[in-house]
Amino acid sequence: MSVAAAARAEWVKIRTLRSTVGALLPVVVVGVGLAHLAGTSMRDARADGPPLDPLFPAFYGLTLAQLGVVVFAVLTIGSEYGTGTIAPALLATPRRGVFYAGKAIAATLAAAAVALVTVPGAFAAAQAALGPKGVGVTAEGVPEALVGAFLFLTLMCPFALGVATMLRSTVRALAILLPVFFLGSQGIANVPALKPVLQYMPDQVAWVIMHLTGPPGDPRFARDYGPWEGVGLLVLWTAAALAGGYLVLRRADV
Amino acid sequence: MIEVRDLAKRYGSTVAVDGISFTVRPGAVTGFLGRNGAGKSTTMRMILGLIRPTRGTALVCGRPYRELADPLRRVGALLEARSAHPDRTAYHHLLWLARSNRIPTARVHEVPGMAGREPAAGRRAGGFSLGMAQRLGLAAALLGDPEVLVLDEPMNGLDPDGIRWLRGLLRDYAAQGRTVFVSSHLMGEVAQTADRVIVIDGGRLVADTTVAELTAGGSLEDAFFRLTEGRRE
Repeated sequence: MSVAAAARAEWVKIRTLRSTVGALLPVVVVGVGLAHLAGTSMRDARADGPPLDPLFPAFYGLTLAQLGVVVFAVLTIGSEYGTGTIAPALLATPRRGVFYAGKAIAATLAAAAVALVTVPGAFAAAQAALGPKGVGVTAEGVPEALVGAFLFLTLMCPFALGVATMLRSTVRALAILLPVFFLGSQGIANVPALKPVLQYMPDQVAWVIMHLTGPPGDPRFARDYGPWEGVGLLVLWTAAALAGGYLVLRRADV
Repeated sequence: MIEVRDLAKRYGSTVAVDGISFTVRPGAVTGFLGRNGAGKSTTMRMILGLIRPTRGTALVCGRPYRELADPLRRVGALLEARSAHPDRTAYHHLLWLARSNRIPTARVHEVPGMAGREPAAGRRAGGFSLGMAQRLGLAAALLGDPEVLVLDEPMNGLDPDGIRWLRGLLRDYAAQGRTVFVSSHLMGEVAQTADRVIVIDGGRLVADTTVAELTAGGSLEDAFFRLTEGRRE
């Protein structure tokens, strides 16, 4: 019994469910589509308005598109409990850590493939829509932001998988994760009293990585860390969620 | 071979299984009898590493189930009839099981119960009748051509043809020297199929003997009630 065999089994599970396409296809469509819309609207903005960050429209749509990755990740473990397949899964791979690692690897690779299409697609769509106001791939800060956005979209998968494994339920996991990822986009992390804590939540970290916190140079939207520290924070969030999921799964009676 | 030693499971103040010991030997069909709630399913799940015992040990092929490499090649189990994802086809259910234990894809096409090449295997499991779901569960158990079978109520929902087929299959497996451990509520079926019976009641072992011995003074059903009646409160 090996992690590789467990991951291959998980890959078969992922590719044989319609819900996989239902969750992941909207990531590409929404991510690229909203980038084009946001780029179009910024191209037509008045010249005397606030300064433009050409990366803002590229990644803005990802804050919504990521929800598809979250739903996909939650379903990969939540549906095992919901449909009772967790028992045959653990009969086939009784070492809980091997099963969990195989699942995390297969799901994360699927999310990475989607991110690999979505992030460059969103960037290209936004820059095409921005026209003369757009930037190229080699412009300052762009390669870093593209890599950061890819890592963010990919890491949301193991993060959500870990949370769902802790909660052992699709519904409970989505009830917690979706508000977390929606509240941030309502700007709650800009409230001065809450910012010192909320700026470290995973969705806010993603905003920093992807140049979304607000017009550059405006202190109201400044954060206490930069994009690379943000990627580090996201890795820590993911590691914590995965570890928590393992601690629950290791001892769970099925 | 299945060896259970002083196995116990407590949930809070509720005792599900209260320190039972028995051995299921190869070369025979061993029936596992008990009322609902007697602890049969909990015992089987502890044997299979799904439930962590409060105390005691269970060995399959000489080792704890969790330590078996590619366990589906050693042990086949059926616990719940409906344990395939309703949106996945039967074939794909068997395919992921095969991948997890490095079982050749060819075996998926020819496994007894619901071979992958049968038309039904291309349908989603959610649309299956109980009998078809049971056949898929049996196919999953037989996928690795295991030397030990652990089946919880495998006759449930099977039609007369299915019951006759399964009875023959269990007899064949035992005749080949494999270990067959089957729980059931159907006394007549157990009397007809099993060589030995293990009876539990209230989480405790009340009999571990041959069917011939139990039925010497009457039917297996009479013997079952005689064994368990005294413990009713």
